[in-house]
Amino acid sequence: MIDVLLFWEFAKIGLFCVGGGYASMPLIQASVVDTYHWLSMSEFVDIFTISQMTPGPIGINAATFAGTKVDGICGAVAATVGFVAPSFILGIILARLFFKYGDIGPIRGILNGLRPAVVALICGAGISFILLALWNSETLPSDWSGMDLSGALILGLSVIAIRRKISVISVLTGSGILGLILGLLHG
Amino acid sequence: MEPSYTLPVRNRSFYWKLFKSTFIISAFTVGGGFVIIPLLKTKYVDEYGWISDTETLNLVAIAQSMPGVVAANAAILLGYRMAGIAGTVVALLATVLPPLITLSVISYFYDLFASNPYIQMILKGMQCGATALIINVAIDLVAKQLRKKLLLPILIILATFAANFFFNVNIMLLILIDGILGLIWMRNAKYN
Repeated sequence: MIDVLLFWEFAKIGLFCVGGGYASMPLIQASVVDTYHWLSMSEFVDIFTISQMTPGPIGINAATFAGTKVDGICGAVAATVGFVAPSFILGIILARLFFKYGDIGPIRGILNGLRPAVVALICGAGISFILLALWNSETLPSDWSGMDLSGALILGLSVIAIRRKISVISVLTGSGILGLILGLLHG
Repeated sequence: MEPSYTLPVRNRSFYWKLFKSTFIISAFTVGGGFVIIPLLKTKYVDEYGWISDTETLNLVAIAQSMPGVVAANAAILLGYRMAGIAGTVVALLATVLPPLITLSVISYFYDLFASNPYIQMILKGMQCGATALIINVAIDLVAKQLRKKLLLPILIILATFAANFFFNVNIMLLILIDGILGLIWMRNAKYN
């Protein structure tokens, strides 16, 4: 039964996630973390991190990870198949339309409306990430002074590194090592 | 349409080649759709000549604008063009199986090691690094929208952000509303 729910939830995510990997993050977070509590925010951010360093799209990685957590390999398959099911059906319809008419017409308008929406949702997800990284909190903290200083240092350095076009894997490896060093110094 | 290619003969050897080449690309490519697609194109177009260059570009443009994972969408559309529904199923399976297997293994080790204090320090550091990645993407996306100097997209960003972040409005409902707004008012090419 839980597999049916996993399939259904990830099918909805697959249908509504427009605009590539990052766009799926807020949707997955809303369902998997906020509504069903299949993963904690911290585990969710870890999946995101792992996805940046392993082959495979973030959406499929998150579906597999969450599915495994809920119901082992069956859960992983249910979530992943659910996630790609809408693309499968829509893809075949759009391919047929495209071969027939050479354009996908009004769909462009819908996409133009969705692009800024996705920008807003990714900003929202980014703030959730910041709250977790610096205040270890899933909601706006009541006490802003409890900021994790070593976290802020790693975050600041990472932003600079990325803006200077240092590769994602190097940034994540570096921030992991820095996390270990600062953690050991602290403890 | 270029004459330099013919649609593949749909026999067992074709499906096996399609599965194998797609599986290997998906298994070893870190970095998602924008890295995978050029590799798929190299195999399908340049090496095997199963589909034309122009058609691939058009289908990839659709894959990028469809909902779902770009790499999987590309596999679905290209597979369909090359060999109908069977081609779609084979290409999609070969795209999805590698991350499914990899992540199942990783999630096993994650459960095993995540409570280790040293691993926790590393993961905590990496969470900050990952936060930097998403901040970077958010900055780029906002800057791109601002550069267009159009009122409607900026209003959509502000309204959607507020509704999502401060009022917890359902994300799917927001996407639906913004899609309808786009369909009504944003079909003009300047919004592309």
